Amino acid sequence: MIGAAIPAALVTAAEGTEEVQGIDLILPAPYDIFWSTVVLLIIAIAFYKYALPTFQRILDERTAKIEGGLAKAESAQAEAAAALAEYHQQLQDARTEAARIREDARAEGGQIVADLRSKASEEAARITETAHRQIEAERQQAAVQLKQDVGTLATELASKIVGEALEDEVRQSRVVDRFLAELDATTADAGKGN
Amino acid sequence: MPTRTRARSINDHQELALSSLAMIAPFATHDEGESGGFHAPSITDFFPPPILFEGTPFEFNRIQLVRLLVALVLVVVMVIAARRAKLVPDRFQNVIEMLLDFVRVNVAEEILGKERARKYVPLLTTIFFAILAFNITGIIPGINIAGTALIGLPVVLALWVYVMYLGAGVKAHGVGGFLKASLFPPGVPWFMYVLLTPIEFLTVFIIRPATLAIRLMANMVAGHLMLVLCFSATQYFIFEAAPAMKAFGALTFTAGFAMTLFEAFVAALQAYIFVVLTAVYISLSVEEEH
Repeated sequence: MIGAAIPAALVTAAEGTEEVQGIDLILPAPYDIFWSTVVLLIIAIAFYKYALPTFQRILDERTAKIEGGLAKAESAQAEAAAALAEYHQQLQDARTEAARIREDARAEGGQIVADLRSKASEEAARITETAHRQIEAERQQAAVQLKQDVGTLATELASKIVGEALEDEVRQSRVVDRFLAELDATTADAGKGN
Repeated sequence: MPTRTRARSINDHQELALSSLAMIAPFATHDEGESGGFHAPSITDFFPPPILFEGTPFEFNRIQLVRLLVALVLVVVMVIAARRAKLVPDRFQNVIEMLLDFVRVNVAEEILGKERARKYVPLLTTIFFAILAFNITGIIPGINIAGTALIGLPVVLALWVYVMYLGAGVKAHGVGGFLKASLFPPGVPWFMYVLLTPIEFLTVFIIRPATLAIRLMANMVAGHLMLVLCFSATQYFIFEAAPAMKAFGALTFTAGFAMTLFEAFVAALQAYIFVVLTAVYISLSVEEEH
């Protein structure tokens, strides 16, 4: 049925079903349009209603997730930096605090020592003062005692020597006073002379 | 299966036609009848005998079957991909997303701009995937004919795009505004409109959709004819020609191999060109002036 020669083949091939003119290639038959519309509708519905929205959603989700992740990482980094700064600040504060406490302690210690020292010296002064006072009191007491004794002794001696009774109270005390005044004067002179 | 069917005569094909599985086998090469010989590819390859509803507007033949099959495969693949889609993609999802991104970024956003692209990404993506799937059947063994090689599908696709870009223009400028912007391009002396307006009218309303459809169909038809020519020549030279001629078989087989690779490239290229032009036409319609 089909010869080896090309022209013959062309002719017989065209006989295959029905005669098709060249222009029919670009003039669609109704059935062609119908089935083309059907297959395109199938594809378009599947794409528009299901496949494309699903992929769009997935892509949007992914974008959101990546952006969210980046933001999270950024905030975590900022947080870490803040924590580090805070830690440094605290460390610095603690150091300052320690230095201050040490300084205070030193000052307080010095204060305590000074206090104690002044208290001790006060005490010593007080003791010395008391001792002085006691000595003074005893000296005065001794002087009064001595004055009386010396007066009595001198009067008795003078009565014996003068033979004159000095019983008269007024006279006796006048004599004694004069004597003591003289005595004082001589001791004062002697003291000066020394 | 293909070799078995190929060996049969045209009459056998009519009987086989009722079994839909056998219809996948390449009628495109219903050649080398009882006596064998060289079959040159012809236009009849694109008008196979009907399977169902013969003589009605719903006539169903091998090419329609191929289209239906491709549509179902494409839908199933995309639905499975979408159903399995996760935040962290696996390899399969990555491939699908790469294609989706290609249309979205390299076509839609590059031509329409990020803002306007969003609205037309579904259209462009659907058309790109559909055309790619229909084109690629031209080199799938056992199918060997592109779903877009018969004018109906390219025409419907072009009409879809036609409606979309006219609709986009009317929506952006109103009917009057769109016609004025399209037919009376600004910045031209008024007397030039005598010449320009008919040209612009032809371009916008007839040439754009017609070229979209015919370019796609013609590429697929030419690819199919080239492939059939190469492989039927190989068959003839190796099995039937004189011994001295057998060496030519190697040559034509190599050519056929190269053509197959080239057709894979053309399948993707035509899908790309179609969506790029769609995006460009939409862009021209909605732009303030062009």
